Parts: sequence; C-alpha cells; structure tokens
Amino acid sequence: MSLEIENLDLQAAVELLEGGSCSSEELVHALLSRITARDSSLCAYLSVDGDASLRQARDADKARASGSTAPLLGIPLAVKDVINVSGDSCHCASKILEGYVSPYDATVIGRLRDAGAVFVGRTNMDEFAMGSSTENSAFGVTRNPCSIDHVPGGSSGGSAAAVAGGEAVAALGSDTGGSIRQPASFCGCVGLKPSYGRVSRYGLTAFASSLDQIGPMTRTVRDAAALLEVMAGHDERDSSSINMAVPGYSSCLGEDLRGMKLGLPKEYFVAGTDSEVDNAVRAAVEECSKLGAEIVEISLPHTDYAVATYYIIATAEASANLARFDGVRYGHRAEGVINPIDMYGKTRAQGFGAEVKRRIILGTYVLSSGYHDAYYLRAQKVRTLIRQDFEKVFEDCDALLTPVTPTPAYRIGEKVDDPLRMYLGDVFTVPANLAGICGLSVPCGVSSDGLPIGLQVLGPAFKEENILRVGHAYELARANSKNG
Amino acid sequence: MQSDNQNVDRIDVSYVAHLARLHLDKEEIESFQGQLEETLDYVRKISELDVEGIEPTAHAVSVQNVFRADEERPGLNREQVLENSPAHNEEQILVPKIIE
Amino acid sequence: MNYLVSIGLEVHVQLRTVSKMFCGCATGFGAPPNTHVCPVCLGYPGTLPVMNQDAIHYTVVAGLLLGSNISDYSKFDRKSYFYPDMPKNYQISQYDRPLCDGGSVDIEIDGLQKQIGITRIHLEEDVGKSTHFSGKSGVDFNRAGIPLMEIVTEPDITSADEAMSFLVALKQIMLYGEVSGCNLEEGNMRCDVNCSVRPETQSRLGTKTEIKNMNTFKGVHAALLYEIDRQVQALESGEQILQETRRWDPDAGITIQMRVKESEHDYRYFPEPDLMPVVLDSDKIEEWRAQLPELPRERRTRFVEQYGLPDYDAGILVEDKALADYYEEAAKQSANPKAISNWMMTEMLRLLSERGLELGDIAMKPESLAGLVKLTDSNTINSSTAREVFGILFAEGGDPAHIVKEKGLAQVGDSDLLDKLVKQAILDNPRSVEDYRSGKKAAAQFLVGQVMRLTKGKANPKLVQDLLRTKLDG
Ligand SMILES: [Zn+2]
Repeated sequence: MSLEIENLDLQAAVELLEGGSCSSEELVHALLSRITARDSSLCAYLSVDGDASLRQARDADKARASGSTAPLLGIPLAVKDVINVSGDSCHCASKILEGYVSPYDATVIGRLRDAGAVFVGRTNMDEFAMGSSTENSAFGVTRNPCSIDHVPGGSSGGSAAAVAGGEAVAALGSDTGGSIRQPASFCGCVGLKPSYGRVSRYGLTAFASSLDQIGPMTRTVRDAAALLEVMAGHDERDSSSINMAVPGYSSCLGEDLRGMKLGLPKEYFVAGTDSEVDNAVRAAVEECSKLGAEIVEISLPHTDYAVATYYIIATAEASANLARFDGVRYGHRAEGVINPIDMYGKTRAQGFGAEVKRRIILGTYVLSSGYHDAYYLRAQKVRTLIRQDFEKVFEDCDALLTPVTPTPAYRIGEKVDDPLRMYLGDVFTVPANLAGICGLSVPCGVSSDGLPIGLQVLGPAFKEENILRVGHAYELARANSKNG
Repeated sequence: MQSDNQNVDRIDVSYVAHLARLHLDKEEIESFQGQLEETLDYVRKISELDVEGIEPTAHAVSVQNVFRADEERPGLNREQVLENSPAHNEEQILVPKIIE
Repeated sequence: MNYLVSIGLEVHVQLRTVSKMFCGCATGFGAPPNTHVCPVCLGYPGTLPVMNQDAIHYTVVAGLLLGSNISDYSKFDRKSYFYPDMPKNYQISQYDRPLCDGGSVDIEIDGLQKQIGITRIHLEEDVGKSTHFSGKSGVDFNRAGIPLMEIVTEPDITSADEAMSFLVALKQIMLYGEVSGCNLEEGNMRCDVNCSVRPETQSRLGTKTEIKNMNTFKGVHAALLYEIDRQVQALESGEQILQETRRWDPDAGITIQMRVKESEHDYRYFPEPDLMPVVLDSDKIEEWRAQLPELPRERRTRFVEQYGLPDYDAGILVEDKALADYYEEAAKQSANPKAISNWMMTEMLRLLSERGLELGDIAMKPESLAGLVKLTDSNTINSSTAREVFGILFAEGGDPAHIVKEKGLAQVGDSDLLDKLVKQAILDNPRSVEDYRSGKKAAAQFLVGQVMRLTKGKANPKLVQDLLRTKLDG
C-alpha cells in the first residue's frame, strides 16, 4: 500500500496500526524514506538510526501479534537532541558533548517506550536549547518547511520542522521560554508546554531548571493530548514533579467551548505586533466566541518585565547547569592542556558556541558577588509579581488567548548578530515559564508570505485539559471553515 | 541600579569569563562586551519596579519535603563510566595534574 | 607582649547513611575506584538529585544533641566552583537557611569547664578523591555525593589543646548520636581550621588564616601549635598576617601558603532549583528529640546513681559509647555492678590496649563477664583463677561456669583438706613459722602462698589465711 506518511497524524497512524492495514515496520520504513528524501534540505534531524528504529518497529509488530494493546504501539517519534535515550548520543546540538553515550533513559522516554513508541531519530535544536531560531546548532541550521529560507523557530526547531515537514508523525520538544510553542507557531504545527512539574524533567539536559519542561509537538491538538497522557505524571527521580493524578486528556476534548471564560490580556495585543499576526489571532478569538466561549479583556500588568526577568533567571541557572561540561567525565576535552584550569577554559571555549558563551557569562555575572541582589534576587521577586498576575486572572478565566510571537518566522541570518532583538521575540512565551503555567500553540493563520501564524492558549497550572479543549475545538472549527 | 560596585554599567567580560572557565579570545571579548552591555542595559528595567516586601520565587511549584528512603540502588558499571571519559586508566578518570 | 588566640573550626562529618545524599549509590569505604557511581553522582546531563531523608534526620539529631535551634524552613543552594573531583562543578550545599543554627559543646580543659559555641550545622554533598601521579591526576568518584554535615564553630577556641578537646568531645557526641561512624582513617571527620592571633590589648580579632583539609586530630593540634607560633613571630617582627589559605605539611611540620586566588571565593550561591525546601514542623522535631540517645554527661551521672560507681570510673566508662554500652549490658545481668566496672577498668582496658583491639573485636560477651563476677562472688573461684578465666573469655569467649568446670578450676573450699595442707606447710617451713611468731607478720603470706601452690592456686585464700592464723596464733 502507499502510505501518505507526510500527511499522517498520530491518531491516524494508531488507527492504521490497530486496524492492521499497515505494520509498524512499513510505517517506519515509509518515514525513513521520507526523511532521506526531504531532510537534506530541511536539516530537521541530527541523526537517524534506521536499523535500530526498524528493529524497534518489528518488535512492536511482534508485540501486537501476541496481543499487546499499548497505546502508542509501533508509533515512530522524533526526539529533541536534549533528551537522554539509553545507548544514544545526546549532543544537545553542541560540540562539547561529542562522544557522549547516554547510559540511561529519560523518564519520558521510558514511559513512551513502555507505551510502545519507536524512536527514529534525534532532532536539531539551538545548542543547549539556547535560542529561538535553531541557528545556534553546532551541526547546521534547520529550515522552515513552509519557506526554506526562513528559520523554523527554536530551540525545538528540528522537532517542529520534522512534524510540519512530514518527517515525523510527532516529536518531543522542550520549552524553557517558548522553545516548543514558538517553533510550532513558526512551522505551523501544534506545540504544548505542560505546567512546570507535570512532566518529569529527569533525563532532560537542563538549561534553566526552574523553567524547563518537556512537551509534545504534533500535527493536531488531539495528538498532543494523547502523548501528554503518556508522558505526564509523578516521577520520584524529579523532586519538582507533582504527585497528582493525570486526567484522561483525550476524553476532555469536545466540539464547543460553551461554559468557558477566555481572557484576552491587553498587554499581549499591543503596537509592535505584526498586523497579520494580530488579525489572525483576533479572528481566532472570534471563532472561539462563536464556539460558545465568553471572551473577557483582562490585564497582566507585569508582562513588560517578563523578558528581562527571564533572561536573568534562565542564564543564572544555565551558568551552573552548564558548568558540568568540563571535559572530565564525558564529552569533548581540548588537547594539549597543562592543568585543570587550562583544560576547563580551552575545552569550554572550543565546545560551546557564541550564544551559549554569552548566556553563561551573563548568568555568571548576575550571580556574582556585588551583583547578585540587584539582578538575580530582584528578578526572583519580579517573578513573584508575574506569577501573581496569572494567579489573579485564573481565579476568573479558564484560559487566555494570545499571539505566540509578535511576528511570523524571519529569514535565516536576520537576527543572529543581534541577541537582544532575538530575546525580545520571546515576549509572549516566557511569562508562562516564569509562572509555571501551561501553554499551547495552535496554527491560526498564514501570512501573505505563506508563513504560519500561531494562537497561544495559556491555562492555569495543571489545567492542561482546559487549553487542550480550547485548542481542539478551535482547530476543528478552523478545519471545517477551511473545508467548508 | 543600586549596587556597591562603582562599575555597575560595565561588565568585566574577561573576569566573568574566567569565573565561568571560558577561555575567550580578544575578538570574542570585544563582541560580547557590546552585546552583553546592551542586554544588561535592557534587563535593568526590572529596577523600575518596587519589590519591597515581595518574596522571591525560586520554584514554579510550591512543594516541600520531597525525600527518598535511604536505600541502596545499583549504579553504573565502571567500564561504561570510563568509556565515556576522554582520558582514563583502568580504574580512574585522568585529568592534567592538579596542583595545590 | 602577650597574644590572644582565636580559633574557629569547620568540621565535616560524613553521615552514616547506606546510600548517598542525592542518589542510591552505596557509601561503603574502600570499594575499588569508580564502582559506587551512577549518572546522578557523576553529574551526567539530565540527571536530578533527590534528598535522602535519613541524612536530614541525622543532621537534625546532631543539631539537637548540640543544643542547636532546628530550622522550621531550610533549603539547599548551589555553590559554584570548578574542581576535577566535583562532578557538577557546583556543590549542593546550604547557604542562608541551614538545617541547624547555634548550639554549643562543653569541653574540660585543665580541670575547668568551657563552652565552645556552634554557629551552624548545614548539610552538603562530599566530593570525589584525587590521587596524583607524574603529570596527571586520577579521580575516583565513589566519595562524591556522600552526605556531609558541616559543623561551624564560633572563634571561641583559644589553644591547640582546646581544639583537640573540642574535637574529641564532638566525636564522642556524634558517636553517641549514631549519626556518623566518625572513623578518621576513613575520612569520616575532616576539618578546616581558622586561626588568628592579636595582642591582648587589641579587642578586634586579628587577620585569620585558614588551614584546609585536616584529617587527624593530632594534625590539627600540631598545625595549630605551629601556626599560632608563626603568627606571633610575624607580629613580633612587625609583619602583616595575610588572609590566606594554608596547607599543613605533616612531614615538614609546617603550614604552607596555598595558591588560591580571591576570585575563587565568588561562589555565586543561588537556591538549588532541583530540590524543594525542607519544612520541619515542631511535632516532627519533638518526635526526633524524644528518640535522642542519652549523652555521656547524663549517662555518667546515672551510672553513679544507678550502679553505685565512683564518679571517676563512670567517667572512664562513658567516654567510649561502646564501652559504656557493654558495661550496662553486663551490669544489668549482675548483682554486683561495681565488680563489673572493676573488671572493665582493669583487665578489659589493659588487654584491649595491649593487643590493640576494639571492644567489637573480642569474643567475650557482656553476659560472660556477669557470669564471671557471679562465680567469684559465690566463692566458686578465687580471684587469681578469675583472672585466668577472664583471659580465656577475652581470647575465646564462652560460658565462664562451663570453663571452670571443664578445666577443674573450682576453688578448693574443703576445710579438712585445707587443714591438712596448712599443717604440712607449717611443718615444711619452720623458719617462716619462727619469723611469724617473732613478729614478722608478713611471713604468714609466704605460708599462704605455699598452701596455694599445693592446690595449684585453687584454694580459697581467705579460708587458708584463717586456718593458718588459728594454728599459728593458737
Ligand atoms: Zn550515584
């Protein structure tokens, strides 16, 4: 049979496999052919292990033959290069992890494996998840499948490009300040950042520990719900993971939004946002209203301080998290070094790219003696204010609707030499990480240049069912209106 | 921004790079100097806010007392550990000589 | 000019947990290098720490025993510095909210009581160990991540002798609290020593130096004697003391300046995002307080009251918890606790020290000692036989009654037989009889000895004495 793999979403793949109309081996085979044909231009993957994924697929087929009904049995997934998979490399798109072979599975990988998933390859990203364009990879720039000379967003640009470009049925990303939602928006797929503590971070190479979350990147909201159901839940290896039951997210989905109150934060609808983005998001809001949601304007007064707060806290944590890459126990070590200090300095200089170095220096500086209180401590206090802003509006609202980014994808190379301008693009995504709440990016339009535009749905902490419900109903309505 | 340090507006890139054990070359120091100053200048906007009496947030979730029982669990075998290290003998990871 | 000395100690005590502070790796000493390691304690990418609850408990117990205030809210922080034996290049430690604040340790110096203040006790993770070869160093991460309690004192210590007394007293308390093995050879207790001197006319403390990584109490003592003298000499000759880190060279008997830059002390502490705060409610703390072991001081008083021991004897017994536990076990099973104590203070300690053994090494059980005392008290054996039996028990263990029976060591108390033997001794030793009668009472001892010899030492010496007296005096 001929599989239209490039258009296959996760749910459709599950139905094909369960119905017996195709085997996992055939599915993975088709996917591998698609990757071979397409990825030389997209550069979504850093590595694909065809033999290993076909082996896993055959194992899944055998398991099905002997009666297994695991929910993701035989489903191929792409994994961002920042998540540990036992026996695989985990470069984090950095030269400094050259040669490192992970001896363990991240908790999410273990859960997805138990659910039957097949891991086909590792996707490109900004080095150590630091960036918003996937241009900061040591192993090449990923391209936006919708327009090859535009960035796919970042840092999970490889996962977004793979899903949107038909090179993956679904993928895992990680989101510290928008790294799932923004590339999903730029590439036109769905990206979910779970609430902090919802999904175990064990096995996710840390960028900023108090902000990082792993989440699904998919073709549909329903697929994101299905993956989150498997990924979420308490993990005794991660002290920050919450011991709270995981709802059946898929069963929370419906076709309308009656009874829901959705807030529009006025600080997210401001001059400076691209008018096409603004229009597309307002149209989406209108659609939600038609679906029965009550729309209210609300205010998150400290929004304007979020990017500053984020870049202090995230880089401070990163400066410590990345200290372990020192050339001693794993990864790259500079040659011809004469003492440990020399080894550290040269190894890290050779191993890290410019953006990682900039952030390590910024983070080291804001924690250093004499500056700690003015930058780091103060940022922690502003973080409290930002968190309280959300707590207050969520007393009343079930979810918030906003743009994901102020603009659609930009051209490759356009912002590489202007880090601050790049950071300012994260204005709508970083507040969710600072507050620990959940956020979803759903496609809501296309610019005149053919570039996707995303709608961000923000929900209270541990209320993923709210944002999935909004995203799903909107997505269905949008598909119907397009078809109709 | 209030700080004891006189040079609050100027980051000493090579000093901080040394603290972070990053051996930067001259060009890097120069380009970082401008970029980091611009960034610091921007993030200093948080000093506009009155944060008197506001508790700092260190964790996005308010959970406490997360413990594990004092139980032994198997770890890695040594070959695996040494295999990952850039330099080793049959039992230890090797580094350039540590001088005290 | 007279000088005042101020010494503060930072004592690192490894806790006796079976697994490490933040992972499940074993903590046992002496394993082959890099065999007690896992992705967490090697700082592999993506790994996360999880707190060992017993490490928290033991630290609180230590705090309670030292009279500290136990924090209701405590947290962990990252302390950043690069070192090859430190896997993450930050140490998980506690900065501004340690588990315990304040407290004190009582020491006795030249017969006088003195109190040394405790500033704080915090919990952190130990680092790995490096060994040095030519041109290279090798790192073993087995020790990395073992829970390490840091006890910081006030600068209340004023001499090397006081530092020694403090460390001995602290070790005793830690052993009583069963929070650490306190085995110095295994590096269970290490300390950094801060020392300054100042002219007695000066009120503000002098500039201090820090002597790092001392791992024997004798070393601390010797290093302090040297360092105090060095600082006084320097001040005498008008030199400035530099605030610096020094290292003790035990072979040369001197402290040496270490190459540590000031910038190395910028540790960039911030709250550990991977660990949640520790919040101890007062019920929990009181529950732990109720389970606290009795400390040496209280036990000594109790031994005097309960067992009628002289204060000095009680003091010796409680000095070593194992000895005191052994004593109590035996005393509980005996009608004569004073005799138990006598045996332990004399034979037991003598044999232990002669043979270089610990109490745990010997086969003799407390009940055997109680049994031995019973045999002597009932006159079944005499005291010299008892010493012999003690020696056997010490070496081989066993039931003293059984040994006495098996070896035919029971005392000869048959007065007919003894009467005959006494007569024989008088007949055989006319000189001694004459000496005795002419007033040399000591001659009687010689005659007793002769009777003892005839019974191979098993005669009841008291009975022999009485019989002799009757015959000689009558
Ligand atoms: Zn371990």
